[in-house]
Amino acid sequence: MILTYIEIRDGKIKKSSLETLSEASRKARETGTAAEAVVVGACPETAGADLGSAGASKVHVLESPELSVYSSQGFVRALETLVRETAPAAVFFPATAMGRDLAPRLAARLDVSLASDCTAVDISSGRIVFTRPVFAGKARLTLALTAAPAIATLRPNVFPLEAANGASAEVVKKTVDIPVDAVGGRVSEIVCEMGAVLDVSEAEIVVSGGRAMKGPEGFTQLSELAALLPRSAVGASRTAVDSGWIGHSHQVGQTGKTVSPNLYFAFGISGAIQHMAGMSSSKVIVAVNKDPEAPMFKVADYGIVGDLFAVIPALAAELKTLA
Amino acid sequence: MNVVVFLKRVPDTESRIRIDREAKAVLEEGLNFIISPNDEYAVEEALRLREAKGGKVTAVSFGPEEAAPTLRKALAMGADEAVLVKDDRRETYDSLRTARVLAAFVKARAADSDLLLFGRMSVGSDNASVPSMVAEILSLPQANVVTKLEIEGTKAVAHREIEGALEKVAFSLPAVVSAQKGLNEPRYETLKGIMAAKKKPVPVITPAELGLEGAALDPKVEILDLELPPAKPAGKILPGTPEEAAKELVRLLRTEAKVL
Repeated sequence: MILTYIEIRDGKIKKSSLETLSEASRKARETGTAAEAVVVGACPETAGADLGSAGASKVHVLESPELSVYSSQGFVRALETLVRETAPAAVFFPATAMGRDLAPRLAARLDVSLASDCTAVDISSGRIVFTRPVFAGKARLTLALTAAPAIATLRPNVFPLEAANGASAEVVKKTVDIPVDAVGGRVSEIVCEMGAVLDVSEAEIVVSGGRAMKGPEGFTQLSELAALLPRSAVGASRTAVDSGWIGHSHQVGQTGKTVSPNLYFAFGISGAIQHMAGMSSSKVIVAVNKDPEAPMFKVADYGIVGDLFAVIPALAAELKTLA
Repeated sequence: MNVVVFLKRVPDTESRIRIDREAKAVLEEGLNFIISPNDEYAVEEALRLREAKGGKVTAVSFGPEEAAPTLRKALAMGADEAVLVKDDRRETYDSLRTARVLAAFVKARAADSDLLLFGRMSVGSDNASVPSMVAEILSLPQANVVTKLEIEGTKAVAHREIEGALEKVAFSLPAVVSAQKGLNEPRYETLKGIMAAKKKPVPVITPAELGLEGAALDPKVEILDLELPPAKPAGKILPGTPEEAAKELVRLLRTEAKVL
């Protein structure tokens, strides 16, 4: 059995969790085993249908008064109970802030290692083989984990969703006992950044700007362009972030975030090695730069050599005609 | 307030990586090595806490002997002591193995620590797992990807970055915290600091001295391959005025790339 951890935010199942479960269920089918899902704490009413559709045969819901807010210690205790009881061959997490907080802690509790931020899972050889970018994508590591269960986090936006098929999963609720003194830290509050609903690591389209944006006003223009594109977010080069033009949570690159969107726009980003490492696995890359020699053009699928302050409004006008 | 800050020696982020496919390892020849950038925020935070609350800052690295300069950088920034735990293996990409060694260090040599500080993720292995694993092995609370840390007595609140929001985590000390850009602005070493750091010893100990040897150090990650990503074919440069190029771009993104 392959178990997938399902992340709930604001009472909803996160898309990255459905992607992770979809991949788990494909691998489970390939080996004739089951894909099951686990929700810790409050579970949305629609979980049976949503997770069944993504391939789960069963949804375990682990409940306890100690699990009403997120705590790595409490959630790991709950997951440990289920893993020991059901002995899955693998446990997958989405490689989100929560998944990457929990998975290693669970791995250490079970005395196993893990594969982080995987971009491919191959089970054809009879063992689970993971591929993951290292050095922010400058290299690719293929590995197997020698101790079971194989714990992995899967990168958002890489694995396709299973097509909706009307299947439904059995929902099994279970109360777990979490000692109060086992939890030394818990989330006290979630503060939303103004208007930022989608993180660059989750967005399907990233509109990024670099040094040539010249200032914060340039990023306002990029935000306006991003607003015309569905499931998009604004990214930035290190120079732009270090100049204070936009917050560091938008930084893409080896010292920022590694992203794999369907479409990446690089406006005025020449292409420092550490930036390209963080975005070169994007499926389609568009570079706009007035310097035709900019290294970014070497990885771009489409390039426009020209003044980005002329291209941005032209592009915005063109996108508006689609609406 | 006693703080241990953990550092890793990594290839400079501005470096190109070359690979020895046979050895499944990065070629170190000609590479410039630096302290992992996220670790600098951890060192800075440790120093600020000591300046505000007293105590000492110990910098620790698990790695090859060549990691000593990384520790000297932390000493030059102002750390009181530094210890290198020597690893006889190349990069294993096994975060559990590293976490077990670091946790053993804390138990054996730094059991009175109030805070264990890490960078959010080392550049290279990119696992971002060692801090949580050390926290679990030592049964401590954790706060990862932290951009703000407030400590009052043994109570702490950390702001941690999650997708599109900030999460406030309240926890008690001792605890594990991993630092993210935004937490602070790391200081530069001063000449005086560099000179003083040169005079300080950097003791080298082995995992065996911490009670870990033999099978306890065997990696649980089997490296099957390490390769460069495939090269991309050259893209299309779209000619014309900005309006013409924009129109053609949107057409191609819709009909050829099918991403709009």
